[in-house]
Amino acid sequence: MNIYADLFLTFAKIGVCTFGGGYAMLPILQREVVEKKGWATEEELTDYFAVGQCTPGIIAVNTATFIGYKHKGVPGGILTTLGVVFPSLVIITAIAAFLSNFAGIPLVQHALAGINAAVVALIASSVLKLAKSNLKDAVSGGIFLAGLALALLLKLSPVILIVCAGVIGWVVYGLIQKGGEGK
Amino acid sequence: MTLLLLFLEFAKVGLFAVGGGLATIPFLQDMGTRTGWFTNADLTTMIAVSESTPGPMGVNMATYVGFETAGLPGAVLATLGLITPSIAVIIVIAGFLEKFRQSKTVDSVFRGLRPASTALIAAAGLSVALSVFVAAGGAETHAFTLRWPVVILSAVIFLCTQQKKLKKLHPVAFIAIAAVAGAVFQF
Repeated sequence: MNIYADLFLTFAKIGVCTFGGGYAMLPILQREVVEKKGWATEEELTDYFAVGQCTPGIIAVNTATFIGYKHKGVPGGILTTLGVVFPSLVIITAIAAFLSNFAGIPLVQHALAGINAAVVALIASSVLKLAKSNLKDAVSGGIFLAGLALALLLKLSPVILIVCAGVIGWVVYGLIQKGGEGK
Repeated sequence: MTLLLLFLEFAKVGLFAVGGGLATIPFLQDMGTRTGWFTNADLTTMIAVSESTPGPMGVNMATYVGFETAGLPGAVLATLGLITPSIAVIIVIAGFLEKFRQSKTVDSVFRGLRPASTALIAAAGLSVALSVFVAAGGAETHAFTLRWPVVILSAVIFLCTQQKKLKKLHPVAFIAIAAVAGAVFQF
């Protein structure tokens, strides 16, 4: 298949499979982009989420643009982003036009409760995978635990957390360990 | 004229909302009040529909507001407005990262970012879990009850994703099975 068509269609598929916010997209991204297509590694995906969370725009769109750009430059970035929003355009337009009471239908509510149970399980499984590739030493483990506590208990802004973690990474891995290796 | 305004209004949302789809809600409330395109009650319906249909929630909401305001062309332009700033900003950042990929400094910064990014994803997962697992009791009791069927289904699916053979199943297969289970057992 033409690579541009592949980028668009893969991200349209990811859009269809996402229920909820950008985080719900992660399990699908890991399967389609990391495992099936090899367009990014687990580490790169984590990087895109890190940047996507503290730059303008919603995470799902930012991550799609990132992967497309990395793979096929500006046209790639545009195509993956159009791909990820395409299903929303079709589905939401159909629902808004014909089924304005959609969210109130009992069957929909029951099915959605089930879907949410699956989304929670899938995010948990994704986090385990990310933890395996990203938490490799005491420092990264510490950043993870501190970040989790600050995000949950203090509701600290992701932007502040990401910036602080970047500074810690720069100091620990860039300055201290580099100095240590030199001796 | 409405179409151009829709594009510009959503480009503003795309430029200033940072984070997940929920981050767009305050901007949409403000947009509704200023333009009169939709009321807060309309917005509540749109949020409910956006959460329960496929597609990232923030994108769904842009499409919905656009459609309600100006039909299909409105839906297209609102969605394009939302994504345009992202495309521009991310392409600049991705280009910058590509250029400095060999840099030791950038590499060490990202080694610090990754555990924090993982933590933020875990925190988001936990808050979704909380909202899905716990049902508020009656208004006068302030009691909270655990929605056991949802908790159990979630636990079973999680165990399946850790199991050697079943973890090869596509995530959407688990979502489909869970939707059917929810509908059949009336979660």
